[in-house]
Amino acid sequence: MPAPIRLRELIRTIRTARTQAEEREMIQKECAAIRSSFREEDNTYRCRNVAKLLYMHMLGYPAHFGQLECLKLIASQKFTDKRIGYLGAMLLLDERQDVHLLMTNCIKNDLNHSTQYVQGLALCTLGCMGSSEMCRDLAGEVEKLLKTSNSYLRKKAALCAVHVIRKVPELMEMFLPATKNLLSEKNHGKCTCFIRGNCWRSALGLNKCTLSYFLPLTVILKNLIMSGYSPEHDVSGISDPFLQVRILRLLRILGKSDDDSSEAMNDILAQVATNTETSKNVGNAILYETVLTIMDIKSESGLRVLAINILGRFLLNNDKNIRYVALTSLLKTVQTDHNAVQRHRSTIVDCLKDLDVSIKRRAMELSFALVNGNNIRGMMKELLYFLDSCDPEFKADCASGVFLAAEKYAPSKRWHIDTIMRVLTTAGSYVRDDSVPNLIQLITNSVEMHAYTVQRLYKALLDDISQQPLVQVASWCIGEYGDLLVSGQCEEEEPIQDEVLDVLEGLLVSNLSTPVTRGYSLTAIMKLSTRFSSVNRIKKVVSIYGSSIDVELQQRAVEYNALFKKYDHMSDLISLWVSLNFNKPWCFLSISQTFQLQLLSPSSNVVPALNQGTVTQVIRVLNPQKQQLRMRIKLTYTHKGSPVQDLAEVNNFPPQSWQ
Amino acid sequence: MIKAILIFNNHGKPRLSKFYEHYTEDTEQQIIRETFHLVSKRDENVCNFLEGGMLIGGSDYKLIYRHYATLYFVFCVDSSESELGILDLIQVKVFVETLDKCFENVCELDLIFHVDKVHNILAEMVMGGMVLETNMNEIITQVDAQNKMEKSEAGIAGAPARAVSAVKNMNLPEMPRNINIGDISIKVPNLPSFK
Repeated sequence: MPAPIRLRELIRTIRTARTQAEEREMIQKECAAIRSSFREEDNTYRCRNVAKLLYMHMLGYPAHFGQLECLKLIASQKFTDKRIGYLGAMLLLDERQDVHLLMTNCIKNDLNHSTQYVQGLALCTLGCMGSSEMCRDLAGEVEKLLKTSNSYLRKKAALCAVHVIRKVPELMEMFLPATKNLLSEKNHGKCTCFIRGNCWRSALGLNKCTLSYFLPLTVILKNLIMSGYSPEHDVSGISDPFLQVRILRLLRILGKSDDDSSEAMNDILAQVATNTETSKNVGNAILYETVLTIMDIKSESGLRVLAINILGRFLLNNDKNIRYVALTSLLKTVQTDHNAVQRHRSTIVDCLKDLDVSIKRRAMELSFALVNGNNIRGMMKELLYFLDSCDPEFKADCASGVFLAAEKYAPSKRWHIDTIMRVLTTAGSYVRDDSVPNLIQLITNSVEMHAYTVQRLYKALLDDISQQPLVQVASWCIGEYGDLLVSGQCEEEEPIQDEVLDVLEGLLVSNLSTPVTRGYSLTAIMKLSTRFSSVNRIKKVVSIYGSSIDVELQQRAVEYNALFKKYDHMSDLISLWVSLNFNKPWCFLSISQTFQLQLLSPSSNVVPALNQGTVTQVIRVLNPQKQQLRMRIKLTYTHKGSPVQDLAEVNNFPPQSWQ
Repeated sequence: MIKAILIFNNHGKPRLSKFYEHYTEDTEQQIIRETFHLVSKRDENVCNFLEGGMLIGGSDYKLIYRHYATLYFVFCVDSSESELGILDLIQVKVFVETLDKCFENVCELDLIFHVDKVHNILAEMVMGGMVLETNMNEIITQVDAQNKMEKSEAGIAGAPARAVSAVKNMNLPEMPRNINIGDISIKVPNLPSFK
């Protein structure tokens, strides 16, 4: 049997494969060779075969038949074998397989091996994938290694211990005394590991004990900052930034809910914040960690302002990564330190124009959080500009944000309506569904703005009928206030009735209009029949839709037709359309030529549920021609999301009322 | 904690994959593919942080990546790691520079043909998902010492094995029983077979 090929040969061969199928074939052939080699129990080539198997595993091919071989390698005496064996164990095995328990004995022996590298390998593997049983069995060995004089091993043992504690939390007490000594380590590597371990342990809530570590920690940090250039730990001019970052993180965990330690930390944090050089990325990493720590512990306000200023400086940095982390952190603190963040508002608004999508999104969220009564006009201008030019994925969120902000802080009704119109024209198709009734409600309530609103909406409709929410609001308004549109109250050139009807009919036939929109425009046309004089045209339009495919339209058209026919010879019709939206009622009236009506305000805006009350509204009728009074009531409301309609007719007004 | 370290090239072929939490083989390949899709879509001048895909943990995990020539170095970390710190780890002094020192101007081919060596270097840097050592010189010292150990073992122990296989594969022609050169006659003794 020829010697199995070396790993390098295999890689070279596989790279010559031109297609996926060819590669699969080569690998299958090699797998077969490896399998037969395993069966022959060939000790000399086992490690080569397992190395090849690991490579194939990385490419995605099944390699589970090599698991036992890894164990055999670990049990071998040679370092080369052990190295590959442990690597294979880490890559191929996990606690769900039963095979891994067989490793326990091997690892135990190796933990006591004479060569430090073998011990290191064993620690590494245990720390990566040891199960809770294994950890329980071997915890004693790990703890022994924590106290050894060999610094290389101590380091690995520390991290292994963290893994053990993670798997078996009860063993924490066992490791505590040994780790306390690690803090006074000269070698920073150990320090780092120990601190990590502590972080993790503290997170488990062992706060009281760890406070005793507090003072030594600050001492170390101080030394790091103050000390001069130390070549072995230097990274771009700062001594051991990784350790500094770790210490800061641990301080954060310690001080999170503890007032005393937070207070004691203030000094050192201020020192780090002011002394760290920011020209390189490492300095920024330390500063960032400091800022996060200051934010999380109960620090004094001066320190918090310092932190936010650091974040503000980050925003001006050229490196996009730094801007990103700054925005993320500011977003977290804007609720608590609102005023301090306000100072950086202009920089944040500038970030809206950044090219990076993640930065833009964060800047948008932050901008909405910063809007208040004082800066609403300026901010809204920027945000609307952003809405114009941003990607579609942002438009929906931005539009909702704008609506919310406008509702809370609008300086005047006219500004509010203008803003909403601007949103509808630029991002109309992305607004949420409930914005249409909200807007209608808003318009109804601002009585003095009716003429202005309907005129602007009409103009918008002339430009563009593709944005459905805008079209719906516009048609509703025209139906309601169409008389204002043509009556000369507008500031600019006013349309004539036929033009208005053209526009509305255009909506009905356009392909761009959804069924909902068509419903709105049909109703609007109907309402105009009492305001405009071209009733015949309207009747014609309505009768056409009596046979429309759309059921909703057909129903409406038929009803309106019926209204026309029934009361045609008597132009004495009162139609009182009472639309009660159970959140926002509004009441509109179409007035016929023979009567004059005065509608007083209803007794309340809400009809209580479960028959607990009523709403009364007084209607005063001036009936000079003594015509018979008839009233037809149509109730449209939504019940659990679906529209409901109720019709009622009142024909039995007592004769004394109208004679 | 670091969840996974991936290196793949511009076409998505994995050059190194180390997971610090267990997933099945299929899931691992899926993660590599998904990560490649997320990372390759990114423009050159955007920031190096990404929210992770669905497979590897959802909202708490971030991808921190760096693109060097034809390779993407991707670290998948959770919220307990400092983002800028990990970037430093990849870039500034540690991972890439260590590889550079160990391989003399490392390129993709080095990573392809010496996957096991890269794993060994990584094992000195990151253990169990946590950063073990960040001092480049320290790491290189340890890796060199271990490599020397390997070489010394293979040097002595490997030689007989190699010799045996070499001879086994040698195609010994039939030895003539008598060699006659002119009037000199040499009788060749019976040599035992090499099997």
